[in-house]
Formats: sequence, structure tokens, C-alpha cells
Amino acid sequence: MAAASEVSPVARVQIDGLVILKIIKHCEEEGTGGTELVQGVLLGLVVENTLEITNCFPFPRHTDDEDFDEVHYQMEMMRNLRHVNIDHLHVGWYQSTMHGSFLNKALLDSQFNYQHSIEESVVLIYDPIKTSRGTLCLRAYRLTPLMMQMYKDGDFTPDCIRKANLSFQEMFEEIPIVVRNSHLINAMLCEIETKAPTQPSNFLSLATGAVLEKQLRLLMESVDEVNQDNNKYMNFMRNTIKQDMAKNQHKYKRQQENTARQSRGDPPLPEEDLTKIFKPIPTPTRLDGLLTSGQIKHHSNEVNQFAAQSFGKLFMAEALQPKTE
Amino acid sequence: MAASDVSLRECHVHPVVLFSICDSFERRNEDAKRVIGTLLGTNVHGSVEVTNCFSVPHNESEDEVAVDMEFARNMYELHRRVNPNETIVGWYATGIDITEHSVLIHEYYNRECNNPIHMTVDTSLRDGKATIKGWQSQIMGVTSKTQGVLFTPVPVEIVFYEPEKVGVDMVVEGKSSGRRTIDVVNDLENVGKSAAKLQEMLAIVISYVDEVLAGKIPADNTIGRYLLDLASTVPQLEPREFEEMLNNNMKDLLMVVYLSNLVGTQLQLNEKINMLELTIK
Repeated sequence: MAAASEVSPVARVQIDGLVILKIIKHCEEEGTGGTELVQGVLLGLVVENTLEITNCFPFPRHTDDEDFDEVHYQMEMMRNLRHVNIDHLHVGWYQSTMHGSFLNKALLDSQFNYQHSIEESVVLIYDPIKTSRGTLCLRAYRLTPLMMQMYKDGDFTPDCIRKANLSFQEMFEEIPIVVRNSHLINAMLCEIETKAPTQPSNFLSLATGAVLEKQLRLLMESVDEVNQDNNKYMNFMRNTIKQDMAKNQHKYKRQQENTARQSRGDPPLPEEDLTKIFKPIPTPTRLDGLLTSGQIKHHSNEVNQFAAQSFGKLFMAEALQPKTE
Repeated sequence: MAASDVSLRECHVHPVVLFSICDSFERRNEDAKRVIGTLLGTNVHGSVEVTNCFSVPHNESEDEVAVDMEFARNMYELHRRVNPNETIVGWYATGIDITEHSVLIHEYYNRECNNPIHMTVDTSLRDGKATIKGWQSQIMGVTSKTQGVLFTPVPVEIVFYEPEKVGVDMVVEGKSSGRRTIDVVNDLENVGKSAAKLQEMLAIVISYVDEVLAGKIPADNTIGRYLLDLASTVPQLEPREFEEMLNNNMKDLLMVVYLSNLVGTQLQLNEKINMLELTIK
């Protein structure tokens, strides 16, 4: 199977302009401008090593009434779309995010399920808040084959992770996105442009304070989480060491007693099962730590990019002012 | 056919709808000459806002037309699950002409909603561009005799949500490049692009001013006033003050960058420690 090799079956993701607009519209209407998570399904097909996404439809929110059958909805939608010749092949799903904090267990679970059943599936993360600031923020992610294997085993104890050499950077891989439009859509775009000329956005505004604050706060929270996780792990190690020492002491005492008894001619005491006295401490899973670390890395990347952008803007503003002589 | 309560004054369309229509036209069956579908949105006192649409399979021949109404109803229900605010506001058809079949289809939609709007999108690019027109039906004729239907035009405007504008901007860029592909670029390159755009605009303005000064174009007072506004928006600051502000801002940014890099390094260290063998066990 292709997944066994190191080369991922999907090297590029090609999205139709229509899909992007639909995702934007859905997030805008449902998520009230990005405060709630919205999800949907991506449809398309795979051509060589490019995943083409040609259409999508949204998922209703989970807070609806209980008798709502998700699978039924999906089946109905796909059947209807097939009638009008829209590609009905399920190739992935999309999700909105708030300020870039999307690396959590739920994402991992869903993506694993998808990738397990459909090998080439991707998850598109769309950030509505960043987009309203001026640039479209859309990214495609997949789980690496290593991560898939580990998840299948379901074992995230430190030993397994060490053996597999899994670092937080190797959990997800980002796939480059390309947007494509057909000729007819291009003609339509000309019409749209003349009818509603695009106004200049406030992309070049110098107000960086609010965004930096928000991102730093998120970074601090994630760092706190990692800290807590690490503390838990250190406690576990400390407890294990203490337990080991206690076990050794017990063994030593036993031996001493036995030699004493032997010298007196009494039968030696039976070997006791050490695990009954010292209950084994469960090894904590390192999965949360990994996820949070990945999240932190993502946040710091975002901060760096944003800072680079702000530097550019500041230098531009400087060019407009007379220099101090 | 029920008479309309409020006649439609104007129609606002979102670009998603137009893209959808084009896409379904491209995917039409071999023998179909045009595509029809339902328009979803809101109708507030005659001002219609169309936010979504879906195509409906139909068969059209010389003398009869068949629309899959079951399908239309089904799809509408599914869409309502996601967004209960959207209602049927009308229907669309590709191609310019309004045929007698359109009248029949319009009658069907009249049963579904009150005063449906009919939108035509010219996908055959007859005038060299894709004309988008809106129509509403009016009854004409003398009462008590056979009455006909007249389609009167409704002005159509394209509106955007804020993020939609950004999306459309990005997609529009691919218009001029050969195979119409655009890469999603990162932030710094976007700044570069915006700067280039600004430069272009400034160049146009400067060349205009030059030509006015050289006497080639008569001076226009309104444009002159705009230019004055433009020049005055550059804030007048003491150079020293401005440098201070600039440096403060830059120091903030640098600090944040250092902090985030520090966190990144810490994480790497953490990773390395995790990978170490536990010699105690």
C-alpha cells in the first residue's frame, strides 16, 4: 500500500474558487463571524498526486435536536448532488478555527477516522478572523504515516513514543494549496469586478496591538498546559523511582530475613508477589503533551509571520516621513 | 397565480451564488441547453438578498418541460437543516432568453414562495460578458379576459461579506495568470503585493498630475480636492516623535518574536529530554 512508503499519496491540494467561497460563507453565517466551530464535508477526486476539491457542503451544528441523523443527512446530500453531476466522492472535511488553536484531540480523532477509510483525505483549516484582516488563511493538513501507525496502536506511553521517535513536528504535515478556476468562472469574475470593484481593505493598517495580545495570551495558555503536563510526568517519574527504591528495600529485607532463617534452620519465607504490595503506577499518556507542543509551535510560527508582516508595514510608513537630520 | 404583495425593488446577490451557477452549468447533462435551480436567501419588504442556491435537474424539449420537484423539495429541506434562515426567494436559469417554459417554471415557484425573483445568468457570453439580470413577473392584460405575464427587470447588485471580499480578491488574481492557478501565499509576500499595488496607484495619480500641469488635461476641481485630502492624510509629526513611535513599535514586535522563538527552543529541548532513555527503570 502506498502509505507504507514515506511519500504521501497527496502532494498538492487543488481547490476550486467555489469551494473557498462556500466555506467562507458558511463560517460567516453559521459561526457568527468565527466564534463557533463550523464543519463541513469536502467532495472531489484524486488525480495522480493532486487532490482536487470541487465542491463542499456544510454540516449542521451538533446542538440541534437529538433525532437528527448525521449519516442520513450526508447520504441524502451526496445522492442529490450526484443527480446534478457534482463529484460525490468524499475526500475530506473542513473546519473553522479561532485564532489558530485547532490542534486538539477531536481533530486528531476525526482526521484519523477519515484517513483510515479514505486514504487521501485532508482537513482544511480556515481561520475567519485572520481572513477578515486582509489575507485568506486556509491550510490543508494530513496525519503523517508514522502518526497513523501510532494512533492505530493506541499506545502513547513514553516508551512507545521513544521507540518510534515521534516528535511533535511529525504529527501533521501541511500540504500546499493551489486555487483553480475554470474559464467560465473567469469570465464571471470580470463581470463581478466591473459591477462591484473591490475596495482596498484595511490590510495595511498599523494597529498590531490587539492581535499580538491575543496571540501571546494563547501562547501563554498553551505553555501553561505543557507545563502542567510535564509536571504530571515528572511526578510520575518521581513516584516510580520511589516505588522502585521501596521494592528494592523490601527485597533486601526479605533476603536478610531468609538468610537469618536459614542460619537458624527455619524454612525460608515464600517469595511474595511484589506487585500486590506495590501497586504499579499507570504510565501517563504523552499524547496531550505532543498536541499542545504542536499547537505552541503553530502559534509561534503565526506570531513570527505576523511580526514580519508588521515590520514590513512599519518600514513602509517610515518611508513616508521625513528623516531626522 | 397569486398577485404579489410587495413588488421587488432590488436584488442583492452574493458571489457564491454566481460561482455555483457557473459550476452547475459546466456540469450539465449532454443534451441540456440550460440549467435551472432554486435561489435561497431572504426577502425583506421587496429587497431580496440571495445567499445560496442549488441546481435542480430538469428536462426541456420543444413542447414540454419537466422539473424534478421532489428533488427540489428534498434539497431545500437539507439546506434548511444547516441554515434555517434561508428561504426560497426565486429561481435562476442560464442563458438570456425567457421562454414560455420559464413562465411555467415561474408559476411553480410562485407556489413555493411569495413573488419569486427570476435571475438569468448569461453563460454563453453573448455580449462578450456574463450578464446577470433579475426579473419579476407582473400580470398584464385586462381583468376578466385572459391575462398574460410580463417579466419586468429588477436591478441586481453584487454584495459581499467582509471575508468574502478577501476571498474574491484572492481568486480574482488568478484571472490573468495563464492556467488560472494561484498559490496561497504567506503574509510577508502579501505585504509586498499590497505595496506594489499602492505604488501602481500612486504612479497613476502622479502621471495625472503631471499631465494637468503640462496642460494636456483640463484640471478638475473635485479631483484636486481628493488629492488635497490624500496629501493631508499623511500625519504631520515631528520627525523625532515619529522615530520614537516607530522604535517603540519595533521593540514590541522584536520582544514578541524573541519570546516566541524562546518558547520554540524550549519545546525542542523538552522533546530531546523526552527521548532520553530512562536509566532508572
